[in-house]
Amino acid sequence: MTSVLVKDLTLKFGALTVLDTLNIDIPEGEFLVLLGASGCGKSTLLNCIAGLLDVTDGEIHINDRNVTWAEPSERGIGMVFQSYALYPQMTVAGNLSFGLRNARMPKDEIAARVARAAEVLQIEPLLDRKPAALSGGQRQRVAIGRALVRDVDVFLFDEPLSNLDAKLRADLRVEIKRLHHNLKNTMIYVTHDQVEAMTLADRIAIMKGGVIQQLDTPTEIYNRPINKYVAGFIGSPEINFFEGRIEGNHFVTDDLNIPLAEYAFQSGKLDRPAWFGIRPEHILSGDMARDLPFSQEVEIEIVEPMGSDTLAWTTLGGHPLRIRMDGQAAVASGTRLLVGFDPARGSFFDAASELRL
Amino acid sequence: MVDASQPRGPKPRKRLSRGNIMLYGTLIVVAMYYALPLYVMIVTSLKGMPEIRMGNVFSPPVEITFQPWVKAWSEACTGINCDGLSRGFWNSVQILVPSVFLSIIIASINGYALANWRFKGADVFFTILILGAFIPYQVMLYPIVIILREMGLYGSLWGLVLVHTVFGMPILTLLFRNYFTAIPEELFKAARVDGAGFWGIYFRIMLPMSLPIFVVAMILQVTGIWNDFLFGVIYTRPEIYPMTVQLNNIVNSVQGVKEYNVNMAATLLTGLVPLTIYFVSGKLFVRGIAAGAVKG
Repeated sequence: MTSVLVKDLTLKFGALTVLDTLNIDIPEGEFLVLLGASGCGKSTLLNCIAGLLDVTDGEIHINDRNVTWAEPSERGIGMVFQSYALYPQMTVAGNLSFGLRNARMPKDEIAARVARAAEVLQIEPLLDRKPAALSGGQRQRVAIGRALVRDVDVFLFDEPLSNLDAKLRADLRVEIKRLHHNLKNTMIYVTHDQVEAMTLADRIAIMKGGVIQQLDTPTEIYNRPINKYVAGFIGSPEINFFEGRIEGNHFVTDDLNIPLAEYAFQSGKLDRPAWFGIRPEHILSGDMARDLPFSQEVEIEIVEPMGSDTLAWTTLGGHPLRIRMDGQAAVASGTRLLVGFDPARGSFFDAASELRL
Repeated sequence: MVDASQPRGPKPRKRLSRGNIMLYGTLIVVAMYYALPLYVMIVTSLKGMPEIRMGNVFSPPVEITFQPWVKAWSEACTGINCDGLSRGFWNSVQILVPSVFLSIIIASINGYALANWRFKGADVFFTILILGAFIPYQVMLYPIVIILREMGLYGSLWGLVLVHTVFGMPILTLLFRNYFTAIPEELFKAARVDGAGFWGIYFRIMLPMSLPIFVVAMILQVTGIWNDFLFGVIYTRPEIYPMTVQLNNIVNSVQGVKEYNVNMAATLLTGLVPLTIYFVSGKLFVRGIAAGAVKG
């Protein structure tokens, strides 16, 4: 069953098109992440779904009901904001119950719901405190609770973890995932952090310039990016790009001649100018590189040990190359090393359209 | 081993450095410059007329008398009325209270609507309102006389209340709009998602967060309206003249002896209300601003 349906959604501010004919179909219980650099329109889209912004054209349906003209409170949504947006003059209990009181719910029902939400989020001891007396993580929990008590169909998150420090962010990320696992509500989550997107999402929508570039599962987006922008946006450290030409069974640059091997082209193989992208973790080194379709000896220039893995910088045929190696790899700058990869694990993009080949 | 010649611990500070002497010297001179006239007024208002005629304005009273204060409050004559400033005081109160409340209530709703509910033509509305703040009052005096006459309010207290409310609008609206604009937009969005409407958000989210700006607006309006002379003298009749107009009539009366002590007492009495407001709410005002500055 479809939970949220966005149909030909367009939003213009004067002459500026912020969202351009978007179409998204979100099944019930899905965790959808809207991912993109700042200014791509992801938060704007979320605000449209929430009803905080009027759309220029198109429709929004929630649970098979056309809510395009409905007030935010009538849409069956709850929203969590980046700045928490807790009402500073109310206690935690007051914050949680504000929406219910607006809906004129009976007092004992409100008390029961607040108690249940506080239990789920483990904020019971904080109910009498004011937001100013809470830590960042506690505040964000209360903000989630505010959506929880209203028993909504769809949760909307607008960069909820961006104001937290790194460790707390990782903790709360898991908590949100657990919450989704238990509640099984539809959730739409806006972020610019690809780690959050990859770890939380059932599906990711990557946006740029008010247009959805690719809407797919995290694995699919990671392994088979639909265009050069998506390939470069997803993955850290960034994918390595080579500019050259596809000629027969080889990809040729000034100094390199890479065999195409088993690469699965989407639409026939044609000689043409193209980009080749290969992720740093798909480049192997030493003995493991010996039997790969392409291998060459390079000199390591800079090594960045990170504990869990090691990042090495080198040059391949005049192109800078990032390699991700084992955390304990004993390489020093200046070492000569055999590196290689299987082009079938990389991606080819047309030089002009930048679309996947 | 501690080497005494090496810097260690708190840095020693010189209390009587050249900079400090300059600083405190200047401050003392400036403070005296402002305090001296007040001192002369208080001293003079407590002297009898024979003592004043001796001519030394700075000398403290030999014989303290409160008679000038009593006379200024309840006996001094203006025109045909001889009940002192008390009549003007109550007139002023009757003008002040509704004017302050009306103007602050309306301006805060204006500012809230302009800051949070971007209605069509909001920018034009705001521009016109702000332009109003730059037009000299004198230009509008006569047109307002005509408007009040047509409304049947000319010469009444409510006419003056209306004038004060309207003239307070531009600057107060600007004040409130800027304050509400600084409140994070996400708070407003969260309240909308929680189902609060225009008035719900205003009364339950915005108002409780805005005490400091209400105090600022109140100080502005109370002092402005209480000290107003021009509108009071033009739009009211002698029986309902505000205190400032009556003060002027007492001080400038040309009959008989100039009673400096009564004049001084009358002036001090008139200034008492804004002074009290400053003393009482000034502290609250500073505390409010400071509390607002510390972000949670």
